[in-house]
Amino acid sequence: MDISLSEAQELLQQSAHNFLQKECSLRLVRAMEEDAKGYDPELWKQMGDLGWLGLVFPEAYDGTGGNMMDLAVLLEEFGRALVPGPFIPTVVQVGLPLLWAGSEGQKREHLPKIAGGELIGTLALYEPTVTSEPSGVEATAIRQGDHYVLNGTKLCVPYAHVADCLLTVARTGGGAAPADGITLFLVDGKSVGVTTTKLGTIADDHQCEVILQDVRVPASHVLGDPGTGWAIVQAILAYGAVARCAEMVGIAQQAFEISLNYAKTRVQFGRPIGSFQAIKHKLANMVIDVDGSRYITYRAAWLLGEGLPAAQETAVAKAWTSEACRRVVKEAHQVHGGIGYTKEYDLQLYTRRAKAAEIAFDGADAHREALATLLNL
Amino acid sequence: MDWKWSQEETAFQQEVREYLKGELPSGWGKTVFYDQDDDEQFKFAHEFTKKLAKRGWLVVSWSKDYGGQDWPFWKQVLFYEELAYAGAPVVGINAVRYLGPTIMLYGTEEQKRMHLPGIASGEIVWCQGYSEPNSGSDLASLQTSALEDGDDFIINGQKIWTSGAQHSQWVFLLARTDPTVPKHKGISYFLADMKTPGITVQPLIDMTGGHHFNQVFFDNIRVPRSGLLGEKNRGWYMATTTLSFERAGVEGPMHAKRMLENLVEYAKQTTRNGKPLSKDPVIRQKLAQMAVEVDVARAIAYRVATAINNKQVPGPESPALKVFRSELSQRLGQVGMELLGLYGQLKPGSKWAPLQGQIENLYLTSISSTIAAGTSEIQRNIIAERGLGLPR
Repeated sequence: MDISLSEAQELLQQSAHNFLQKECSLRLVRAMEEDAKGYDPELWKQMGDLGWLGLVFPEAYDGTGGNMMDLAVLLEEFGRALVPGPFIPTVVQVGLPLLWAGSEGQKREHLPKIAGGELIGTLALYEPTVTSEPSGVEATAIRQGDHYVLNGTKLCVPYAHVADCLLTVARTGGGAAPADGITLFLVDGKSVGVTTTKLGTIADDHQCEVILQDVRVPASHVLGDPGTGWAIVQAILAYGAVARCAEMVGIAQQAFEISLNYAKTRVQFGRPIGSFQAIKHKLANMVIDVDGSRYITYRAAWLLGEGLPAAQETAVAKAWTSEACRRVVKEAHQVHGGIGYTKEYDLQLYTRRAKAAEIAFDGADAHREALATLLNL
Repeated sequence: MDWKWSQEETAFQQEVREYLKGELPSGWGKTVFYDQDDDEQFKFAHEFTKKLAKRGWLVVSWSKDYGGQDWPFWKQVLFYEELAYAGAPVVGINAVRYLGPTIMLYGTEEQKRMHLPGIASGEIVWCQGYSEPNSGSDLASLQTSALEDGDDFIINGQKIWTSGAQHSQWVFLLARTDPTVPKHKGISYFLADMKTPGITVQPLIDMTGGHHFNQVFFDNIRVPRSGLLGEKNRGWYMATTTLSFERAGVEGPMHAKRMLENLVEYAKQTTRNGKPLSKDPVIRQKLAQMAVEVDVARAIAYRVATAINNKQVPGPESPALKVFRSELSQRLGQVGMELLGLYGQLKPGSKWAPLQGQIENLYLTSISSTIAAGTSEIQRNIIAERGLGLPR
């Protein structure tokens, strides 16, 4: 039993922290919220050069051979810096599924491009049915010779407007269970019939509506086997949940540090407000929430990284961290008083991103229900 | 990083589980519960403790020089977790964890010879005389006095919340040897025989109706020089500095884990309005949340354990653990009450009481858990001030 980071992970953490402090300022973060693309291509290229985009791919595909635990370390720093852009959609929602289920040809075609910063990807799963259950997939994919024709509406697809590859979940058939007949397609983002519209979101994180109208997709672009794609989706949801947990740990850590600093320097009633017990206790509660989130996330990430079963641990991590991160940013606002409510002050950047991360890949209620089932209740 | 026990550790875990299963009555922790405030059950617990000691499993964290096992750190964690998970009734754990190591660090050879074997064998039961009626959270303000009289000390005063004094043969206490200096600097650490003339023990019945606490009165008791541990006037620092593994309560969350499993079992076996409780979505959410919190408590505990093992300067993680697991036990008691509905109020021993009344008991005893051993408020102050550097 040893829950400390390895030396290599500590180095990754340190170098990521230093790099992001220099290259990913909050000015850039704010600018990207209003930017049409929503990410900085220069920063994206640098992340490719640093090996971050290929962190979890084997070297055979131009990756650096790391695992989910290494990625969690990196993503915590991304959370601290509020890195804008389609990193998780590309690496976790498209890259990893390719690695798990892609043909050799598909892997060779896509993975080195992702690692090199030349391919942006995203998962198109959710529909107006607004559920993570397989019954929510109503988009259809009808076989026509050597093609499929896709029709449907997808919602809240991150960075679909710039994605080279839309990993699209659709029904090629049906069966006894709702999960039967679900297939994953590597859809070229520039395909005829794909219409993308930006949605306005609380975190200004460039999620889109994607309408598929008679989109022709070669049969060779099916990922995995037709009709059995839901298992891959479940894995994407699990890895995605843990990835957002890692991000939330970083967000919460930074919100906590900003609050601690404010409590030490803001003076009212002739003394720093941090000398009042009410404020002290809020910061003490943040310690519990941040530390608890970090280590419960590490546990899930480590298990995934080792290829060990992690269903319970993932549900626990997402249920806890989603709420703990929300508590931290809420209390951070209380510590800050009025100034924290302004657009100009930085706290609100963390608060809104925290909410998006809480909601992504299901919030606490859904994960608690999943855990109840896993506990045989 | 490695979140799994090794094969060797897993085998040892199995060994401990089998030993405890053999030593404890069938259904222990599930249908049979230990009432530490009951005199007869205390006798059983004392025997259990002595047997554990004979096996070499009482003072496992002590060095071999003093009869310990010098076990690798994580083996100790695993072992204490198993004891807690099984609800093993070990008595005198304060002496094993606090007093023994303090004697090893500050005691004379004579004091070590006199006291350590009795602690290591589980034979001698000690109580702790710290709190006073006017010195709870502000412990350093304590007024029990110790005046030098030749080679002895004459101690006068009163202690409160003295757990298990009714069963104890010795007491370790803090008393004031110098009232003229700032309060932390005038306190000394004493060891006294409970049979010393002038010591009176008075039961302090708690809201569960149990006899756990006592008041202990010291009326001109005479303590020889050999009863002073360490340097005069250094008692405060001896008693409160250096976080050691023994004091961190890393295994604490395992008590909650056991109780939660009992609740889960109850939910699966009990129907209400034609459905098992375990199929009620509200109950599923509550039980799942408790499962989440037990796991988080363990993760924080392992964080504390890692810090201690690496001999890091203590940060906010240890008081954070105490706050979280004590408050978790209260939430667990409340969830249990909600699950049991009308029957939640039935006491241990009552006809019809589900889970032998353990939820009624937990609900009440958990009220004290955020107060004893440093209130949640004090712990949060410690996190903020010592841990985060906020101004006092």
